[in-house]
Amino acid sequence: MLSEIRRSVRNQWVVLAMTGELDLGSCPVLRQAVVAEVADGHNHLVIDLSGVDFIDSAGLGSVVGALRRVRSHDGHLLLVCSEQRVLRVFQMCDLDRVFTFHVDVDSAVGTPVRV
Amino acid sequence: MSGIVELRVPAVPEYLQMVRSVVGAAASIGVNLKPERVSDLRLAVSEAATNAMEAHGLSGVEDRVVIRCDLSASQVEVEVADCGSGFDPDSLPPLPDVDSPDRLRHESGLGVSLMYHLTDETIVESHGGGTAVRLIVHFGTD
Repeated sequence: MLSEIRRSVRNQWVVLAMTGELDLGSCPVLRQAVVAEVADGHNHLVIDLSGVDFIDSAGLGSVVGALRRVRSHDGHLLLVCSEQRVLRVFQMCDLDRVFTFHVDVDSAVGTPVRV
Repeated sequence: MSGIVELRVPAVPEYLQMVRSVVGAAASIGVNLKPERVSDLRLAVSEAATNAMEAHGLSGVEDRVVIRCDLSASQVEVEVADCGSGFDPDSLPPLPDVDSPDRLRHESGLGVSLMYHLTDETIVESHGGGTAVRLIVHFGTD
């Protein structure tokens, strides 16, 4: 179960750091967080999956939904993930070609926001 | 080592983690299944159980989803059975290519293909009275 999302702001990026397992039971937490950020005008998001040790297709779906939402508001989404088990699920679904991955948050928030 | 572990869980997603944990632990008992293969099985079971729970939700069924984990000398087999309205696994619409902007409109539809990818055998038997998915991992295969 996803235990929490920690929110921080670094440079022009809102970082949502997740912990736990991302599945059908926990993905609504991420979905709601992203909806709230975009509604508040924060369209440049980093989802930090470093603390996520399991993800399934429902979890992937919520990340896909996050990307669609920020893009529809001219925003950007970066993912932080170094856990091979999690990365592999993206790769098996070819979604590693859709997202931009960073190995740590410092790297992600160092990306210039392209407006 | 052989035996059967059976779970009957309510069709609510809060039970998914427990299902994965029990199946993962059962598959690790007394056999030489690599941790990566146990992880693959946990993910495949999560996909099957998710589909089962959603099928119950869509059909308004209040029965429990049944997960049976059967260990034999040569393989582990997990059956996930629901009482939903069933589906035809051969008629699932393909997802748009990941290079297509339309791909982002689809937040679901990956579960069945993942099950096939993660196991040595995935057998789906579905009819109007429910679906049973059998996920099989052979010992000694990478």
